[in-house]
Amino acid sequence: MKFDTIIIGGGLSGLVAGIELLRKGQRCLIVSSGQSALHFFSGSLELCGTEEDPLNAIRGLESSHPYSRLGADRVEALAAKVQPFLSELGLHFKGDVRKNHWRMTPLGVMKRAWLTLDEFASFQDPETMPWKKVAIINIDGFLDFHTSYIAASLEEKGVECSVSGISLPQLDKLRENPTEMRSTNISKVLTGDIIGTLAARINERIDGADAVLMPAVVGLTGCSDVVRLKELVDRPLHFLPTLPPSVPGIRMQLMLKRHFQKQGGIYMLGDSVVSGTFVDGRLKSVRTVNHEDTEFEADNFILASGSFFSKGLVATQNGVVEPVFGLDVDAVSDRKEWYDRNMFNAQPYMKFGVSTDSEFRVRRDGNTVTNLYAAGAVLSGFNPIKEGSGAGVSVLTAFGVVENILTATGGVER
Amino acid sequence: MESFEQCIKCTVCTVYCPMVAVNPDYPGPKQAGPDGERYRLKNPMFYDDALDLCLNCKRCEVACPSNVKIGDLIQNARLKYSARKPGLRDYMLANTDVMGSMATTFAPIVNGMLGLKPVKKVMDKTLAIDHHRTLPKYSAQKFETWFRRKARKSQEAFPEKVSYFHGCYANYNNPKLAKDFVKIMNALGYGVNLLEKEKCCGVALISNGFKEKALKQAELNLRSIRKAVSRGEMVLTTSSTCTFTMRDEYAHILGLDNSDVRGSIALATKFIYELVDLGKARLVFKKDYVKRIAYHTPCHMEKLGWAVYSTSLLRMIPGVDFNMLDSQCCGIAGTYGFKKEHYNDSQKIGESLFRQIADLNVDVVSTDCETCKWQIEMSTGVPVENPISIIADALDVEATIKANQKK
Repeated sequence: MKFDTIIIGGGLSGLVAGIELLRKGQRCLIVSSGQSALHFFSGSLELCGTEEDPLNAIRGLESSHPYSRLGADRVEALAAKVQPFLSELGLHFKGDVRKNHWRMTPLGVMKRAWLTLDEFASFQDPETMPWKKVAIINIDGFLDFHTSYIAASLEEKGVECSVSGISLPQLDKLRENPTEMRSTNISKVLTGDIIGTLAARINERIDGADAVLMPAVVGLTGCSDVVRLKELVDRPLHFLPTLPPSVPGIRMQLMLKRHFQKQGGIYMLGDSVVSGTFVDGRLKSVRTVNHEDTEFEADNFILASGSFFSKGLVATQNGVVEPVFGLDVDAVSDRKEWYDRNMFNAQPYMKFGVSTDSEFRVRRDGNTVTNLYAAGAVLSGFNPIKEGSGAGVSVLTAFGVVENILTATGGVER
Repeated sequence: MESFEQCIKCTVCTVYCPMVAVNPDYPGPKQAGPDGERYRLKNPMFYDDALDLCLNCKRCEVACPSNVKIGDLIQNARLKYSARKPGLRDYMLANTDVMGSMATTFAPIVNGMLGLKPVKKVMDKTLAIDHHRTLPKYSAQKFETWFRRKARKSQEAFPEKVSYFHGCYANYNNPKLAKDFVKIMNALGYGVNLLEKEKCCGVALISNGFKEKALKQAELNLRSIRKAVSRGEMVLTTSSTCTFTMRDEYAHILGLDNSDVRGSIALATKFIYELVDLGKARLVFKKDYVKRIAYHTPCHMEKLGWAVYSTSLLRMIPGVDFNMLDSQCCGIAGTYGFKKEHYNDSQKIGESLFRQIADLNVDVVSTDCETCKWQIEMSTGVPVENPISIIADALDVEATIKANQKK
């Protein structure tokens, strides 16, 4: 089977690259072994969270950082594309590339963010809250949303909080199995006509509050239930993230995938690329578990297989490896140096990843593979947790790699 | 390392479990699979009868980022530990061969009877087969009989041949599908052989707890498949579930070594697509064939990962307006949804799919699984066809024969 570009990995980076390539008229295949890290999405995308101005922060990063290798000007240009790109797919975010805002974690901690989903709470300042009094409303029996932490955090900042829970017969049925009372199962109940009843229950609990905060447990397969609920609630309603799985993250995965397929892209889930045929320093074709002898050929390939969680990188007793093609990896060989014994410090292993050239083309046995590009979390040189840069690197390197491919194939000028 | 040791408790599988969302009695794939396995290994008394609720859809496995064989863990635990004995109803639903042979003999009477409201009520009461269900109609003539009388001779003229595992459904209920398959293969220049002996693939036996009988049938099928493969023939099918069962469940659940022939068992759409893709054959379609189609990915097709072949072939038909449905379980899960105790869950699981189909306003839904077909037809009123039947209807047979004649 022949494609213009084959993408290994179907998460944020792979799907963004795929959609962008389809728009340029390419024929694309995505092979994804299992679901992606979007299932742990916080509701916010981060570009660089180390200081107020993310673009300024990026200028101070090490030269090996993916952003530095894109170049600060290109980062700025690519970052400007992201909000409209997502908006066109029906994923509406708020934020400013010149100034980080703040978001709240499920445990009530404030973190910097670049783009936050429209329906989520966001803050211009971590200490000054936009409300005097809020109603924090949870679903009774839902354990992945910690109202007391959130209330404590807000009360410290001078906000009066009322905490209450909602029961509905349909939700009580779910509670019969408390361990499966998860965000996604709740969202499968809270859809359609029941939204009206939910809004009525919320309104009963507002009690003079300026705003309502609730866990992101609505809108698994689309935005319509979210929009309707916001309309029906009498005060501004803001969602806060839950512990995983993430309802808005799964919606984002689904909407990106739907769009990709609608444009003619082929998405193969639950399949793994097992080998590649390399000819003259180029990757000619790949094979997968499910398709046995079938050769999937392409002019270009993108490795967007993620980091350790997605098995884009695998730590063995003897070293860190890239398991699909055995590509060269930037990693410390001495196992003792992989970790910092203080768990809260930056962990060296977080920066491990595949080694690439200035065009994000990978290396194998020291030689550049001229048509195999890497994007997203599989890249080396960045610490998404410490820097608050995971989503930004995923999306911007995907855009960057697409431009590189189009330039190399004469498709479009950079 | 055992696959359950790879589980990092990320909960992604539980998101895609169709059952856990509608029935809180089901502990969910993480608990029923890798988590429960640790307990069961310690002491079988930890086996939970609620594992019976698993649909064996394998969507948990497809979603798992850590390659844990969650569905296999659950199926194997059921067969190993469940003390529940299958009853008469389960026997009737599981033994598709026995029922099919009896029913085709008296097809007009049986079809008439099974469609009657009082009969449905009686079956509901006595057998616990839900009265909402319309049991699939039986054909008066089995495909095998038709093939022997009408088609076998003409197959000899073809130098290249494939074997066909028709399965129970094409044999007893929908011989047109099997005939469509023969029509396409012949047009492409391939003769069709039936297997020396063929029994039901055994999927319903496995899911209803008849492991010994499933094993016997699997061994018989594998013997016939080996003979066909030794003649140099591929063994093709028109059902995603039969294919998946013979390729994967024979090894993972029944413990049979099928590795020598696994790669020779394939869905017809995969075989045909590859012929076309490699330039070894051409399909020519009628110019006046126009249809708006939505494709539904059956659970076992999702697990096989082969929807790409069926959908790519459908997209090749010039007059087809193709729509891809979100991949989700339709709720029937083989014989599962026929059981009275599961009817409500079954319909709840499929609800969002039925809504999506209704919204798309298509002429026909296409899918590679017969039980999905029954479920979608009953629940939406939209006709459902196997891709092979759609291709056969759209095919310009004369032109295709001409295009594939060897010089």
